[in-house]
Amino acid sequence: MLLISAYKWIKKHILIIASALLMLVHLYMVFIFVPTDANQGIIQRIFYIHVPLAWIGFFAFFVTLIGGVMFLWKRDFKWDRLASASAEIGLIFISLMLLNGCIWAKPMWGVWWVWTARLTLSLVLWFIYAAYFIIRAYISEDGQRARFAAVVGIIGFLNVPLVFLAVQLWETQHQGYLIFEGGMVPEMTWTLMAGIVAYTVLYVLLLKDRLVLKNLENKLNQMKNFITGG
Amino acid sequence: MDNLEFLFAAFALAWAGVFAYMLFMARKQGQLKRDIDLLEQSLKKGE
Repeated sequence: MLLISAYKWIKKHILIIASALLMLVHLYMVFIFVPTDANQGIIQRIFYIHVPLAWIGFFAFFVTLIGGVMFLWKRDFKWDRLASASAEIGLIFISLMLLNGCIWAKPMWGVWWVWTARLTLSLVLWFIYAAYFIIRAYISEDGQRARFAAVVGIIGFLNVPLVFLAVQLWETQHQGYLIFEGGMVPEMTWTLMAGIVAYTVLYVLLLKDRLVLKNLENKLNQMKNFITGG
Repeated sequence: MDNLEFLFAAFALAWAGVFAYMLFMARKQGQLKRDIDLLEQSLKKGE
C-alpha cells in the first residue's frame, strides 16, 4: 500500500524530481567535476549556466514560433496559449542570460557591456519578445491579439539564427563555437551537455505549469462571460 | 585570477530569477483559486 502510494507520488511529481536531481548533478559538475579553464580561471564556469540559459531562451522562442504557425493555421486558441506561455519563459531566460553575460563580461573585458554583434542582436531579441507582450496587453479582442502575437512570434524568431551566427558573420570579441571547434576538454563538453539537459527539463516543467494556469484562466474567463452574458 | 564574487553573482542571479518566476506562478495559482471561490459563491447566491 505504501509502495503504491509512493509510486503514485513519484509519478505525479516526476518532472520536479528529475529537474531537482539534474540541477544537483549539474552543480556538482560545474563546481567539482570540471577542470578550471587555463586562460579565464574560475570565472569561466559561468559558461556552463550562460549557454543553457541562452539555449532555453532560443528553444522557447522556437516553441512560440510553432504555436504561432499552428494558431494561424488551425485558429485554435490552445496554440496561442502554448505560444504565449513559451514566450514568457523564453523572455525570462533571455533576460537572465543577458544579465549573466554582463557579470561575465566585467572581469573578462573590463566593462559590463560591449556593443558587439551577438550582444546587440541578443538585446534586439529581448526587445522583440518584450514587444510581443506589450502587443498582447494592448489588444483586447482575443482573435486579433492572438493573430498579431503569432505574427510577431514568427517574425521575431528570424533573429534567433542571426544571434547564433553573429560570431561568424561579424568580427566580434564574443567567444566562437568552442564545442564545435574542439576548444573544450571532454569534461567541459559533458558539463555543458548536463546543463542543457537539466535546463531543458526545467523548461518543460515550467511550461507545463504555466499552461495549466493559462488553461484555468481561460476557463474562468469563459465562465465569467457566461454569467455576465458577455 | 579569482573573481569568485562574479561567479557567485552569476549563479545566484540565475537561480533567483527562476525562483521568482516560480513564486509568480504560485501567486497566480492562489489568485485563480480565489477567483473560482468567488465565482462559486456568486453562483450559489444566484440559485
